[in-house]
Amino acid sequence: MNILAHAPYWIIIVLMMSGFYMLIAHGNLVLKVIGLNIFQTSVFFLYLLLGKVEGGTAPILDAGITTYSNPLPHVLILTAIVVGIATTALAAALIIRIHGAYGSIEEDEIHRQDASL
Amino acid sequence: MLVLMGFLAAIALAILRLRDGITAVMLSGIYSLLSAGVFVLMDAVDVAFTEAAVGAGISTVLLLATLHRTNRLTRPSRHRAAVPLIVVLMTGAALVYGTWDMPRYGDAGSPPNQHVGLRYLEESPKTTGIPNVVTAVLASYRGYDTLGEATVVLTAAVGVLALLGARRRKDDPHDR
Repeated sequence: MNILAHAPYWIIIVLMMSGFYMLIAHGNLVLKVIGLNIFQTSVFFLYLLLGKVEGGTAPILDAGITTYSNPLPHVLILTAIVVGIATTALAAALIIRIHGAYGSIEEDEIHRQDASL
Repeated sequence: MLVLMGFLAAIALAILRLRDGITAVMLSGIYSLLSAGVFVLMDAVDVAFTEAAVGAGISTVLLLATLHRTNRLTRPSRHRAAVPLIVVLMTGAALVYGTWDMPRYGDAGSPPNQHVGLRYLEESPKTTGIPNVVTAVLASYRGYDTLGEATVVLTAAVGVLALLGARRRKDDPHDR
């Protein structure tokens, strides 16, 4: 069992878990969105890591190059990045509306106001 | 690559400890830019420049605008941090256990690098004539995916307009 061969996966898991922690432990909605973005990026890393071929280059065909990395994860992740920015934009708009309605973007403050209704 | 990814982990853990919204947003911009660098090392150049433009650029601007219209400083949470920490550590341990079966980094013979990926590399110059295989797959083989992506972006744009555009109307007493 080669330790170094699996080290990239473990770093990805550290990234994923720090995003997850921000998502569930922080009360501030903006920090939650940042955590969600970090989680998302870690999934991108996982996909691209699996598509990398040792000694390969970027999948742009050229004479004299025989080894290319797998183009399929790149395509999937390109789509995922664009969808990610769309969800971030929607989340930002929701946060602005929540701030308009509650005057706060702290989760516990919002729950407190809901409970007192 | 491992060094850069180590930097990424350090930035992520630094963001985790922050309470100041603006600093967290700026650090997440740096995080995106650095991850674009790591994407290049993983041969994903198209993904890298998309991430640099969208992740480091637009998403930082969006979150800064959100902070500008709400409040910048966050109060320390009164939640107990122990339960989330236990959940996160247990999930992380389960995931690390799952990596034992994962293919070695850069393994050309691993299951994800067989089948359709190889076929795209062989056939796309003949069928589409585009040297960039990622473009060929994105626009030709998986054009419906891209159409679906455009639909998602349109839906999000409509959603944002519905949420924020209504604020400007003065006649509705429920809107501020």
